[in-house]
Amino acid sequence: MPLRLYQPTTIMIKILKYSFYDLMRSRWSYVYFLFYLLLGFVLLFLNNELSKAVITLMNVIIVLVPLIGIIFGVMYYYNSKEFTELLLAQPIKRSSIFLGQYFGVAGSLTVSLVLGLGIPFILYGLFQSNAIWDFSLLLITGAFLTLIFTAVAFNIALANENKIKGFGYAVLAWLFLAVIYDGLFLMSLIVFEDYPLDNLSLIATMFNPIDLSRTLILLKLDISALLGYTGAIFKQFFGTNLGLFMSIFMLFLWTIIPIWRLGYVSKRKDF
Amino acid sequence: MGRIKIIFWFLICLFGNHLWAGTITVCNSCEVKSIKKGIAVAADFDTILIKKGTYREFNIQVTKPLTIIGENYPVIDGEDKGEIMTIVSNNVTIDGLFIINVGTSYTADYAAIRVVQSENFLIQNVVLEKLFFGIYLEKSKNGKVYHNKIIGDAVDEYNSGNGIQLWYSQNIVVERNIVQHVRDGIYLEFSDNITIENNISSDNLRYGLHFMFSNDDIYKDNTFENNGAGVAVMFSKRIKMLGNTFKKNWGTTSFGVLLKEINDAELTGNTFEDNTVGISIEGSNRIIYSKNNFIRNGWAIKVRGACYTNTFIHNNFMYNSFDLAYNSNLNDNIFEENYWSGYTGYDLDRNGTGDIPYRPVKLFSYIVNRTPETIILLRSLFMDIIDFSEKVSPVFTLDELVDAKPLMKKIK
Repeated sequence: MPLRLYQPTTIMIKILKYSFYDLMRSRWSYVYFLFYLLLGFVLLFLNNELSKAVITLMNVIIVLVPLIGIIFGVMYYYNSKEFTELLLAQPIKRSSIFLGQYFGVAGSLTVSLVLGLGIPFILYGLFQSNAIWDFSLLLITGAFLTLIFTAVAFNIALANENKIKGFGYAVLAWLFLAVIYDGLFLMSLIVFEDYPLDNLSLIATMFNPIDLSRTLILLKLDISALLGYTGAIFKQFFGTNLGLFMSIFMLFLWTIIPIWRLGYVSKRKDF
Repeated sequence: MGRIKIIFWFLICLFGNHLWAGTITVCNSCEVKSIKKGIAVAADFDTILIKKGTYREFNIQVTKPLTIIGENYPVIDGEDKGEIMTIVSNNVTIDGLFIINVGTSYTADYAAIRVVQSENFLIQNVVLEKLFFGIYLEKSKNGKVYHNKIIGDAVDEYNSGNGIQLWYSQNIVVERNIVQHVRDGIYLEFSDNITIENNISSDNLRYGLHFMFSNDDIYKDNTFENNGAGVAVMFSKRIKMLGNTFKKNWGTTSFGVLLKEINDAELTGNTFEDNTVGISIEGSNRIIYSKNNFIRNGWAIKVRGACYTNTFIHNNFMYNSFDLAYNSNLNDNIFEENYWSGYTGYDLDRNGTGDIPYRPVKLFSYIVNRTPETIILLRSLFMDIIDFSEKVSPVFTLDELVDAKPLMKKIK
């Protein structure tokens, strides 16, 4: 049979489908799904009130979703390495292989998250509650964070042949963005407190997807406290829709850039 | 029988004037065409009935005890020329007028209705629009301002007036009024024994209610919403604030209530919702805060110092970004048996109160006090971690500032 180059997009979708169904059949996405399902029910059972549960959930989403995304992404990449090498031997575009796998993983994680949290909240009467907007915003940021951190995970895994090293960097990346970054951020704010800092603090927020999603949720939950600060730039950012649009736009950028880099690096990498 | 009849007729002759006081009708096609004329021809205790129509008059002086009633809301248009009605007599009733276009002045406080040194007045069902000052009570006593609607169009503080202003007045009831879009909704200065009840004061430029040097006043079941800075209560003693609602006062210097130099007051059953600061307290002593609800405020309570012997008991603190900001190094205030939604303790002995104390002041709130920009790190995991370590061993925050008996269930 003559060697035939397939249409790249159909191949990508085929690989995406394969990865997606592979994950859907695997234990891990069920574990992930059940974890969120349980979390949702427990939260609602303990709090008995949707709006309070949404606040607790926010903490969980901001911390756990990136962690699971990054660990799962790295794990999947290393696990399916043999299959990837098999595919690489075929006349298929490289970006299709990696992007297909990436969207398969990120898609299945997002589905688990949305269904796992959505089902308990809907059963507890989300549609009758006014927490629905807060909740949907929460799910949207959760989906963004999954996409971003899975992409970061694939980038890390591509750069490291060594599994242990890859996992180490992945955990470190999460730790840095979730905790250390804010620590450094806080310290710099306190050290330079004599200078006007509103611009700096907003820009610093933009450079961390976790802070960005946190800001997006703060806009909904803590707007009254945020407006307590005397600063024209803060006021413009938080008081108008500018903050919402800026944050969503930056989250888009944060999603697109690692994905683009994934395609770019995979084309040039020597396997 | 005959004698009783004679006495009866005698009595009627004596009080006849009062029992069958004359009614003067004012309308555009009547004999009396203006309100001023009506007042001029009226005898004491007469009723002036103003029919529907537009009356372009200002500086109407009510110098006799009269009842002035509008039928179907006649319009009194001041044409921006000055004050519209001034009451300088006791026992005057004003009912059902629609007064518009009060003159604006930078030297005189023109009002739609001013009461000067009079007693036993009643102002009710009046609608005021396009005004400078609305109802201005000056050195008056024993009156009632009931069920009026004041809708201003104030844009700047320097050229706008207050909705209802009381100055050196006593024993007055202000009830069921609606005041919107003026500078201060209700303003009290040097006024004692005033009851302010069931009013709705919203969208005002500065304060919904402004209180200065006024003692022994009660305000209850009022709603203050979306005002420039909320409600300010300053330099007053023995004030009771019961069952009021303070909502959506957002902004950098905004609060639900500001208490400044207030002593021996009582705040019970109020609701503070969605304010930047629920209550801001400065130099206020011996105040009892009980059964209040603080819901989704930026800061539920901000204590700015020199506040002693205040008691916070049986309040609900729910989903506030910060429960308490406290910038003094000394605590003489009592927090007891409140419900805190942020409480994470347990109740093993099942007595309804948590077994470990709750610390309402977080380290983060201390940091934000110092460097306000850090507010952007609200709800960050890093902040939760340092808050937790501070909770375990307090270094920066006051050790004794605790609620030793936090309630496990919120107070209904």
